[in-house]
Amino acid sequence: MSGQRIVPEGAPDAPSHRLETQGLVLAYGDRPVVDDLSVAIPDGRITVVVGANGCGKSTLLRGMARLVSPVRGAVLLDGKSVHRTPSKEVARVLGLLPQSPVAPEGITVTDLVGRGRYPHQGWFRRWGPADDEAVARALAVTGTTELADRRIEDMSGGQRQRVWIAMALAQETDLLLLDEPTTYLDLSHQIDVLDLLTDLNHQHGTTIVVVMHDLNLASRYADHMIAMVDGAVAAQGPPAEVVTRELVGRVFGIDSVVVDDPVSRTPTVVPVGRHHCVEPRV
Amino acid sequence: MTAYAPAARRHVARPQVGARSVRGVRRRARSRTATVCVGLLVALAVAGAAALTLGEYPLPLDQLLSTLAGQGSTASTFIVFGLRLPRLLTGLFVGVCFGLSGTTFQSLLRNPLASPDVIGISYGASAGGVLAILLLGWTGAAVSGAALGGALLSAAVIYAVAWRGGLSGYRFVLVGVGVSALMLAVVNFLLTRASVFEAQTALVWLTGSLNGASAAQLHPLALACLVLVPLTLLVGRALLVLQLGDDLATSVGLRVEPARLAAVVLGVALAAVATAAVGPVGFVAFVAGPVAKRLTGSSGPALVPAALVGALVVVASDVVGQHLLPVALPVGVVTAAVGAPYLLFLLVRSNRAGVGG
Repeated sequence: MSGQRIVPEGAPDAPSHRLETQGLVLAYGDRPVVDDLSVAIPDGRITVVVGANGCGKSTLLRGMARLVSPVRGAVLLDGKSVHRTPSKEVARVLGLLPQSPVAPEGITVTDLVGRGRYPHQGWFRRWGPADDEAVARALAVTGTTELADRRIEDMSGGQRQRVWIAMALAQETDLLLLDEPTTYLDLSHQIDVLDLLTDLNHQHGTTIVVVMHDLNLASRYADHMIAMVDGAVAAQGPPAEVVTRELVGRVFGIDSVVVDDPVSRTPTVVPVGRHHCVEPRV
Repeated sequence: MTAYAPAARRHVARPQVGARSVRGVRRRARSRTATVCVGLLVALAVAGAAALTLGEYPLPLDQLLSTLAGQGSTASTFIVFGLRLPRLLTGLFVGVCFGLSGTTFQSLLRNPLASPDVIGISYGASAGGVLAILLLGWTGAAVSGAALGGALLSAAVIYAVAWRGGLSGYRFVLVGVGVSALMLAVVNFLLTRASVFEAQTALVWLTGSLNGASAAQLHPLALACLVLVPLTLLVGRALLVLQLGDDLATSVGLRVEPARLAAVVLGVALAAVATAAVGPVGFVAFVAGPVAKRLTGSSGPALVPAALVGALVVVASDVVGQHLLPVALPVGVVTAAVGAPYLLFLLVRSNRAGVGG
């Protein structure tokens, strides 16, 4: 039966790694960007973090991936602080795709994706068959096998983003954090990337945390949504409960109408501006 | 209400084909690198043979071989083991050091201009060396030590000034050019204050010359190479990851700051050791990495090929400077004549492309 709501179920054998923050304070200089924030990321689910520009959502993600050290509080991975755990050990469980990664000049797809294998190698244990297979799997999952010997700079934005995701996948982590993976992509590639992440979540039980701007795609693809205002959590839960006119007003400072997405039956936000309103609103 | 069928899956996963093609791509890259290394070694052997046979006392190849085997006359034994071989090996080690140092910095800072001879580390060594020769009257190993100190000092200054909660290659290069000018000013100041004879000694050292190469001087250089070269090759893998930028490097589990510091210290030490031994032989560090990358088609720092290119450039330039020109020239003059046009080419090209990397 088509048309039924596609409900993501965490894979039954989902490996569980618990990522949470406790009273986390992150700051650039003296200015706290994330302030006393405690969240738990649900295992084997897709969590989307939304909020206005400068609300601290990217900083939160960077803090969780230990790119920013906390002023106070902690990021706990299975109960241990990620900032105190050996970095390679964390990297075998937790991967991050930053916002606009820059590829070295002239690098091929295979070479770039292969660099995601770093945490699985040691000073003397170098490249092996397991690495070949992990890279091949990452290419296959992201549909980039055909591009294996192409150079990154010769590819389109959508293809590049797939390759970067492939690199994060080659790292073979159970947790994957992505900072605005759809921001510079056109509509079809945005859907493409989000579908890909959903496949990963369904097939491998990968816990995924995404920061993104498009509230409507966020509420369609998220199992769990965290809305942030001024470095704190404004609301969290299933999108159907989180995305309301009241919340959109609080988070983005605009009036809106929330309707049902006809495709996914998730909330869709139709913003109200000062112009182009058919009926005057009271 | 309209029902919507999920869109068809657009990508078909074929992991078996994938693993084979991944292996294929990697094997092709490896075999090209191996071929390039073999080619460079052959060229190096030819240049080395030329360096040992040519000269005021030409040694035919058969005589050279028997001398190397320990069956030469007293004269040829002295010429080979006392004069030409130390000179050849000094050139070789120095070239390896410069090549590795240059490619380490260029990769670390993601900028082809970021070689130690452009960003002031070589001039730091020059200032230290000249200071030792002219003000302190030091000679030999003490001068080398002072050059090492000068290089480390200027690197520390550049690192401290360029640091802004992170390291940007562009900023590092700009600060480096500034420090380079400062160190050059120190050198010039010292030279103008010196007596003619002292200035002459300092100038020979400053041009970068293998004329002073001797077995006694070779030992510390060889020892330094023995320590620094393997360490640099070990840091090579961290360089591959650092190329992706600090965020990705951290997220794949590299401790960025210690790794970068290690790479900088090794790069500085390599350049300093080589400069201390023979003076700042210009442009070797600068061209070795890009040439090696072009040859191997690699996107990462091709460390071993870069070391071989560096060695080849120094040895071949010395052969050219000594024997193939109407007047004998120090090796630094020849390398500069080759390297400077390349610098201009790079500047023109990077301006057109709008990027430095």
